[in-house]
Order: sequence, then C-alpha cells, then structure tokens
Amino acid sequence: MLQDILVTGLVNSGVYALLAVGFSLIFGVARIVNIAHTAFYMLAAYCFYALLVKGGLGFALAGAIAVAAVTALSVLCYRLVIEPVREHESAVLIATIALALIFQELMLLFFGGSYLGIPSTLEGVVRLAGVSIPYQRLLILVVAALMLTAVWFLLYRTRLGLAIRATANDLEVANLMGMNVHRVAMATVAISVALAAVAGVVVAPVFVVDPFMWLAPLVTMLAIVVLGGLGSMKGSLIGALIIGYVEAITVFAVPAGAYLKGAVALLIMVVVLLVRPEGLFGVAFEEER
Amino acid sequence: MYLLRRAWAELANEVFVLPSRTLVLIWVIALLALPLVYDDAYVLRILTMTCLFAIFAASWDLLAGYTGQVNFGHALFFGAGAYASGLMSQKLGVSPWLTIWAGAAVATLIGFLAGTLCLRLRGSYLSLATLAFPLIALGLLFAVPEFSGGELGISGLRRLATTPTQNYYVAALAMLAVVFGLWLLADSKFGIVLHAIRDDEVAARASGINTPRYKLVVFALSAAAAGFAGALFAHYIRIAGPSTLEVALSFQVVIWGIFGGVATIYGPVAAVFILYPLTEWLGSFEKVGELRLLIFAVIVLLVLLFMPRGLTPWVRDKVETQCPRCKQRNGTWRKMCRLCGAALKAEVARAQRLVGHQ
Repeated sequence: MLQDILVTGLVNSGVYALLAVGFSLIFGVARIVNIAHTAFYMLAAYCFYALLVKGGLGFALAGAIAVAAVTALSVLCYRLVIEPVREHESAVLIATIALALIFQELMLLFFGGSYLGIPSTLEGVVRLAGVSIPYQRLLILVVAALMLTAVWFLLYRTRLGLAIRATANDLEVANLMGMNVHRVAMATVAISVALAAVAGVVVAPVFVVDPFMWLAPLVTMLAIVVLGGLGSMKGSLIGALIIGYVEAITVFAVPAGAYLKGAVALLIMVVVLLVRPEGLFGVAFEEER
Repeated sequence: MYLLRRAWAELANEVFVLPSRTLVLIWVIALLALPLVYDDAYVLRILTMTCLFAIFAASWDLLAGYTGQVNFGHALFFGAGAYASGLMSQKLGVSPWLTIWAGAAVATLIGFLAGTLCLRLRGSYLSLATLAFPLIALGLLFAVPEFSGGELGISGLRRLATTPTQNYYVAALAMLAVVFGLWLLADSKFGIVLHAIRDDEVAARASGINTPRYKLVVFALSAAAAGFAGALFAHYIRIAGPSTLEVALSFQVVIWGIFGGVATIYGPVAAVFILYPLTEWLGSFEKVGELRLLIFAVIVLLVLLFMPRGLTPWVRDKVETQCPRCKQRNGTWRKMCRLCGAALKAEVARAQRLVGHQ
C-alpha cells in the first residue's frame, strides 16, 4: 500500500503541477481568474481522442496537433472575449465561466455524454523496488517534469520570461519600461494553456474522457494554487505535491476515502489559509488597495 | 375620496416619474395577478422556481456586490437550508411551515462560521476558498449516506401547500418580502457602510467602522436569506439532494449576479427572471433542448461584451439620467431636474468634450 501511495501521489502531483503552474502564471501576469483553464485541458483530451481514434494519426503527431490547436484556440478566445472586458474584473470572471460551459456543451454535442476510452500510448509495466508502474504513468511523470523544466527555463533564462516576470511584478512599470504588456499577457495565456493541454493529452489514456472531466481537477487546481499562494510558481509546485499525496493517502488509507478525498484536500487548503491568509509562498498585498 | 386622490398623487409623483420605478410596479402587479389570469401548472412551476432562485441571487448580491466578499460557494447556504429543513421535517416529523425557519437559522449559523473563517481572506483568495466550502460539506454528506441519503438525497418531503397556485403565491410573496427587505437594508445607512467596506476596507476601518463585525453580520444575513430560499426549494421540489450544494449552482448564482449588475439587488433578481425562464423555455423545444446551456452561455457572453457592468445598470443609464447638482435620477425626456431644477443636459463646450468630459 505504501508503494501505491508513493507512485499514485507522484503521478497525480505531476498532472496537478502542470495545471496549477499554468493557472498561477496567468493569474500573476494578467490577474485573470481563469475558470476555463481546465476546460482547455478537457478540450485537448477530446482533440487527442478525435485525431488518434477517429483520424488514425500517430500518438506523437496527434498529441502535438492537439496541443497546438488548443493553444491557438485559447489565444483566439483571449483576443475576442477576454480582452474587450479586461477592465471589468467581474465580467472577465463570468466570461471564463461562460467559455467553460460553451466548451462543455459543444463537446457534449459532438461526442455525446458517454465515457470515451483511449488506448494506452505505451504498453507494459516497469518493476521498481517491488511496485509495478505502468509505462503510461511513467510517461505522465516524465512529460510533467520536462514541461516544468521548460517553463522554468523560459521564465528565468529568456528575454520573454524576464518580461513576463516583470509584468507580473508591476504592470504599470513594465509598461513604462517599453514592454508590450498586451503581447506579454497573450504569450502568458498561450504558455499556460499549452501546459494544460499537455496535461490533458498525457492523462487522456489513463483517465476516461467525458465533457464534465474539467470540474473535478478545476476545484483541486484552485485549492493547490490558493494553498501555495496565488501567482507563485514555487507555491503551485509544492502545493501540487502536498495535495497529490494527501489525495493518494486518503484514497488508499481511509475507509470511504474516494468520497472524502476532495473534502480532505480542500480542508487542508482552508486550514493553511487560516494560518497564512496569503498561502504558503504568496505575497501579502496588505498595502495594495 | 381624499385618500384615493392622495394615493394617486403619490403614485404620479414618486413612481411614474421614473421609468425604473414604473417597471418595478408593473412587475409586482403582474407577478401577483398572473395566476388569476393564466394558471397553467407548467408556467406556474417555472415561475415558482424563478422566485426561489431570485431570493438566492439577491442574497448573493448583498454579500458579493455590496460588501465585496465575492463568494464562489454560495450554494453552501442554499444547501444548508435545504438539508436542515428536509432532515428536520423528515426525521422529526415537524411541519414544513416551522422547519423552513429552522433551515434559515441553521444557514445563518453556517454563514456566521464561514464568515469567521473568511475574515482574514480578501479578494481572489476569499473567492477560491469559499468555493471549497460546499464541496467539503458534500464530501461529508456522502461519507454518511444513512443520515444524508447519499447521492439520492432526502426525498419525499412534504410541500408547504397543495395546489400549484398556492405554492406559487408562497414563493412569490416570500420573494417579494425578502427582496424588498434586502433592498431596503442595502439602501439604508447600513448599506452605505457596506459600500465603504467594498471600496476601501482600510479607509473604512480608519473611519471607525468595525469592519469584521459588519462582514460577519452580512455573511449571516446573506446566508439566512439563501438558506430560506434553499428550504423553500427543498420543500417545493420535495427533495433535498446534493444538487443544492454543487459547484454548478454556485457558478450559476455568480452568473446571475454579474449578468444583472452587482450591488443593485434588483439586478440579480432581474437576471434570474430573464435567464431562468428563458433556459426552461428553450429546454421545452425538442431540438433546441440539448443546446439550451450552450445558448445560455453564449447569451451571457454576448451581453457582457456589450454591457460589461451588467444588464440593469446599462438599461438604467439609457432610460434615466443623473442630475449633476443633486444626484437624483430623472427620466431621460426631462430637460430640468424634477427636484432641484438644475439643467440636465448642460451645453458641453467643444473644448470640454475634447478633453474627455465625464
């Protein structure tokens, strides 16, 4: 059981980290609470399914096209829907909720409400210290680690990353220093949705694909982001590890744990918030009005 | 005769001078007179649900719109009222006329607790943390299925009244009472304090306002109204189930609130009265039925793109103008303020227009 907890926790944490880091990035730079974030993850899974099962493309090609298409769609949505109402925070909020609902209903219309299974990308298991890990789950872990490293490289070793961090730090000053903050925000949207899309593509063979698959990870992702501190990359990563393991422990070690896993994860978030209202690694905005 | 003339004068001077007040009067009369004219059970059923959701949306607005505590888990209070009232009437056999008050009381208590937990949180942290509360409650309810009925909920509750018309009047009168109560409260000195807390909490505290106490009171009041709506809802559809605690309901109330225009009370109510019957009506068509949520989302999105502050503030600005001197509202057709006589459409000089006159 201990090995199960270790492996499941790690794999779940990887997926959650991909989602949470993207959400955190977009909140930090553009102050958008993007409820549609996991809807893009759902879209990517569907896109992957359509290309792979219906279109008959290879795994790598289908995955790449799915990620690219969803990223392009997100930029389009940002330009058409979010940018015109950027000054009105509440309007942005329900615009993203409406977008998520639209995606959900469209998928329901095209593919129906039934659960769709996707064949495993990689067959077989590897035995490691007495636990058998399917290659598919190992792939999730490897992809998550690669993507997170790539994001770290992008943010801390390139000019675009510098601009993104500067905009997150202070939008007005970044604008005065000659950065095109609109374009930076757009690039951030693309990066963050690409992360979500990659997560959607790699988990599609493990989980089932259905139009409501965005709701459960949405809540967990929000809990992680709040737990770690809004807008903090490090916080999102550590939050993902905490929540991933807490869920795994609840499922395997507590009776009726499958029902309680969400409740326990959220309870931990609430407790952390009570002790540290700005999350583990967040910055307190006491003087910000 | 004198009284009649007096009443007519009051009406003409206070209500008919403003298009918005006239609209509200027409709406109230239509709401009360509808079953006398047209008592189709299906229409009454939809309108009963609309009334109950209107209470719910208005209670969200007091908390989120006025006080700025944007609650993403308002379904917690709705569900608390529904479950408390349902359990009490089912397990103890108490009349639903008494248990709805108990449901509201339990919701108030939970609102007080949630408010205490949220006192230190602000902005997005508060929204996202409150999103968690109903889900924690849902997980706990599912873990004790013998007590809560699990995924099926508590079914077979007694109704408050027997015929559709009676049920409709219960809901409509409750809605009118609660909404006008909330509106009066929000329009009073208490409401001004809430505006101050939303706009600048630090300044409000510096002016000697005990902001935590106000926030707690608002949490409790808003929860009481939402729990009342939840209890009525549970006894109307005869089930207190997990759907009253779902994320979808919490999001729904946020959509109603922002679509109608926040910090108005009447905005969310108007939004419910437009959107809820619209989605039900669309659902009654065979082909469009599957698309109704899609159409709903697209309408919300389009309306927001053109009226980012919400529907009612936009309409209100079209039919009424604010007097520049005394800040009272006037119909757009007037040239002079009806109260202080100031010119409403002052000639704006060209230079002023160029610098972006407000």
